[in-house]
Amino acid sequence: MTQEFKFTVNGKPVSVSLGNEETPLLNVLRNELGLMGTRFGCGLEQCGCCMVLIDGEPEKSCGKPVWSIAGKTVTTIEGLGSPERPHPLQQAFIDEQAGQCGYCLAGIVITAKALLDKNPSPTRAQIAAALDSNICRCGTHNRILRAVAKAAAQIRAGAGA
Amino acid sequence: MNAPLPGPLADNPSLDRWVSFPSPGKVGIFTGRVELGQGVLTAMEQIAADELDVAMARIVLRSGDTELTPNEGYTAGSQSIQFGGVAMRQACADVRALFLNQAAKIIGCAPDELSVRDGAILRKNAATGQDYWTLAGAVNLAVQATGSGPRKPIADMTVIGGSSERLDLPDKIFGNAIFIHDMRLPGMVHARVVRQPNRGATIDAVDEKAILRAAKTPVQFVRHGSFLAILGDDETAVDLAATAAVDHVGWQNVEAPTAAQQEANWLLQRPAVDRIFGAPDEGNPQGRQRFEATYTRGYLAHASISPSCGLAEYRDGHLTVWTHCQGVYPLRAALAKTLGLEASAITVHHVQGSGCYGHNGADDAATDAAIIAMRMPGRPVRVRWRREEEFVYEPKTPAMIVKVRALVDDAGKPVDWTQEIWSPTHNNRPGAGGNLLGALALPNPPPEPPPNDVPESNGGGATRNGEPLYDIAAKRIVHHLVAETPVRTSALRGLGAMPNVFALECGIDELAERVGKDPVAYRLSIIADKRARAVIEKVAAMARWDAKAPGGAGHGRGIAFARYKNRAAYSAVVVELDVAEEIRLAHVWCATDAGLVINPDGAINQIEGGIIQSASWVLKEQVRFDNGVSSIDWETYPVLKFSEVPEIDIELINTKDEVPLGVGEVTAGPTAAAIGNAVSHALGARIRDLPLTRERIMAALLKE
Repeated sequence: MTQEFKFTVNGKPVSVSLGNEETPLLNVLRNELGLMGTRFGCGLEQCGCCMVLIDGEPEKSCGKPVWSIAGKTVTTIEGLGSPERPHPLQQAFIDEQAGQCGYCLAGIVITAKALLDKNPSPTRAQIAAALDSNICRCGTHNRILRAVAKAAAQIRAGAGA
Repeated sequence: MNAPLPGPLADNPSLDRWVSFPSPGKVGIFTGRVELGQGVLTAMEQIAADELDVAMARIVLRSGDTELTPNEGYTAGSQSIQFGGVAMRQACADVRALFLNQAAKIIGCAPDELSVRDGAILRKNAATGQDYWTLAGAVNLAVQATGSGPRKPIADMTVIGGSSERLDLPDKIFGNAIFIHDMRLPGMVHARVVRQPNRGATIDAVDEKAILRAAKTPVQFVRHGSFLAILGDDETAVDLAATAAVDHVGWQNVEAPTAAQQEANWLLQRPAVDRIFGAPDEGNPQGRQRFEATYTRGYLAHASISPSCGLAEYRDGHLTVWTHCQGVYPLRAALAKTLGLEASAITVHHVQGSGCYGHNGADDAATDAAIIAMRMPGRPVRVRWRREEEFVYEPKTPAMIVKVRALVDDAGKPVDWTQEIWSPTHNNRPGAGGNLLGALALPNPPPEPPPNDVPESNGGGATRNGEPLYDIAAKRIVHHLVAETPVRTSALRGLGAMPNVFALECGIDELAERVGKDPVAYRLSIIADKRARAVIEKVAAMARWDAKAPGGAGHGRGIAFARYKNRAAYSAVVVELDVAEEIRLAHVWCATDAGLVINPDGAINQIEGGIIQSASWVLKEQVRFDNGVSSIDWETYPVLKFSEVPEIDIELINTKDEVPLGVGEVTAGPTAAAIGNAVSHALGARIRDLPLTRERIMAALLKE
C-alpha cells in the first residue's frame, strides 16, 4: 500500500508516493527526487555525508524516516547555490581548494551552513567542534576549516548567504 | 634518432592512444590514470596544455577506459606523475613535433622557425593561418612515439608549476552527480550481495520468508553456488533485505578471525616464505655496540568514506562494467577469467568514487555487479556495499612486525643495519593474481594464489623503505612473507613504508639518544644525500628546531625523514605534541622535495592528506577481531576528527627540477615516526607498538 508524503525541498513543494513509510529521507532525495548531492556514506548516522537542513537544523538524512519529514522544509546542497550563484561557503571551498575526493563535502558544507546561521563569527575550535559530526577521510580538514572561516568573514562583510 | 620512451609510452607507443584533435578547437587527451581524489586529472591536463601549447579549456580528457585510454596498469604507488605524467609529456612533445614538421612543409620553412600559441602555428611569432586542426587531416597520429619530440624547457613552462584549480571540485561542492554512486541507468535494478563469510564457506539455508518480510517491498534472489544476491527496484527494500539476510542465511565451514589473531605478534611462527637480501652476513659484533628493537603495527582498514559500488550490464554478448577501482585493464582481465568471457567482450569504464588510498572493495563490488548482470541479460545492475560490508570485507593492510638490529661504531654511528620484517602480502590485487571475492563464492572457485608480494623492482611491498637511506656500510633486509593470514590483505597507501620508516626512524632516534646527540644533528651526520639533507635542514628551520628543547614533561617534538621507496619524493616531518592520557597533536611541519611539481597546491593537498591520514593510523586505528572482524563502523573504527587535527605547515623545495618524483604517499612513514619520536621525547619512554593507545601510554609511563 503506497502512502503520499508532502514536504518542501529547496523551496519547492514535493509529493512522493512510497510503499514504506520508514524509507530514509536520503533515499527519497536520491532515488525519488534525483537530488544526488546528498551522499550515502554509512546509513548509520555516523559520517555526515548525508547531512541536510530540516527546518534549518542540520540532520543526517540517512536516519530520518520519510514520515517524520511530512510538512517540513528540507534544504540540500543543491538548494544552497549553483556555479552561477554560489553560496559564500561554496565559493570559499573553491577558493581554498578544500577537497580531495570530495565525497564528504556536500554534507560538510551543509553542517557549516547551519553553524554560520547560528554563529556568524566562529573560532577555529568552534568550527572544528561543529564539523566533528562529519568525517573526512582524505585529510582535507585544515583547508575545510579555513574555507568555513573565510566564508564566515565574507558573509559578515555582506556577501549573500 | 629515437630516445628511450618513458615506461607507459613504451607500453602504449601509438600516439593516437594519448592525443587526438577530434573537432576544431578541441584536443582529446587520454590517460590510463584515474581520479581517486588526488587531483591527477587536473595535473595531466596541465602537462598536456603546456607541452602542446593549448589552453586547458580546449582539452577533453578521458581516463581509465578500456575502449579509449592507454593501459597503464594501476593508478597506485605515487607513480601517476613520475611515470604516467612523464609519458604524457613526451607523447605531447612528440605530437607537437609532428605537427610542426607538417606545418613547415606546407609553409616552406624550417620547423625550428615555428612555435605554437594556443594551438595556432606561428612563424617568428606571426600567424601562419595554420593550426593543429587545419593540419590534423594530414598528420597521422597512429604512429609509434619516438621520444624525439623536444620537451619544452622547464623555464618556459606556463601551466606546469602553477596551481590550477581542480577540475572536479566544483561538481563535488555544488552536489552534482559525479560519483559512481550517483549513476542511474534506464531499467536499472539495485542489488546487494549476501557475503560469503570466508573462502570455502557454503550456504546452508536461506530463510527467504524472513528476508522478504524485512524488505516490506518485493525483492528477488539470485543465487549461483554460494553467491547470493538480493535485487529489487526499491533501494530501501534491498537494503533492508540485505541487512536482515545476515541473520537469515546460514553458512557451513565458517572460519572467523579471533581476537588473538588481531595483534601483529600472531604473525611470528606462522608459515612464511623467507628471504635475505642486501649485504651478505650480519657484521661481526666484536668491539661494536649492538642495538636491537622491535616495532609493530596492527591491521588497518582503508575505511573509504563511501562503501564500494559497481554497475554492470550484459547485453548482446557484451559486458559493460562501471567501477571506481584503480586499474580498469587488470579488472577486465580478472573478470574475463572469472566469467569465462573473452577480454574483448568486456568494457570497463572508470567512474569516480570516494578516496580509496589503495585496494579497497571497488574491484569486488564491480565483480558482484558483473556476476549478477550475466544472469539477467539486458538489465543494468547496481551493487552498493553496506558500510559494515566494506569494513569487514575490504582487504586490510597487513599487521607487521619490524625488528631493527644495528652495530654501532665508537662514534655512535651505525655501521651495519638489519631490518627484519614479518608481514602478510601487500598485494592481493586482481592484477597480481589476487582473487575477487565474488569469484570465491561461485561453483569451482579459483585456487588460493601462491604467496607473493610486490617485487623490489616495483618498490617492494612489506620491504618498501626497509632499507635506510643513511650511509651505513652494510645493510640487509630479512623478509618473512607470512603465508597464513586471518583476513585478506592488500595495498594501503605506502604499503610497508609506514611500518618500516616508523621502525627505522624511531631506531635512528634511539641511537642518537644513546650517544646524547640531537636527532637532527645525528641524522645529518650519517647522510650525505644532498636532497635528503636539504629537506631535513629545511623542516628543522621551519619548526625552529631547538636541539636543547627539554622533553619529558608531557610536551615533546620529534623529527623523521624518508625518501619514499628510496626513489620517489623526499620528505622530512617535525611533529610537536602533548601527551596526557591521550596524545594531542599541536603542530606539524613538513618539507618535501618532489622534483618538478606540476601543481604545487595539489601536491601540498596530497602531502597534508598523507600527514593527517598517517596521524590517524598512528593515534587511533587498528582493525579489531572478535569472532569475526569487529571493526564494522565509524564507532568501532574511529578516525581522526576535525577537532583533533593539528595545524600543518608544508613547504616544497626544488620544484623546478626536470624530473617529477611521486609525492602521494611520501609522508605516511615520516609522520608516523615523527609522532613516535615526539611521544618518546614527551614521556621519556618509548612506545614501539602502534596504534599509540591510551593503554600503551599508561603502560609506558608505569614502566618508567
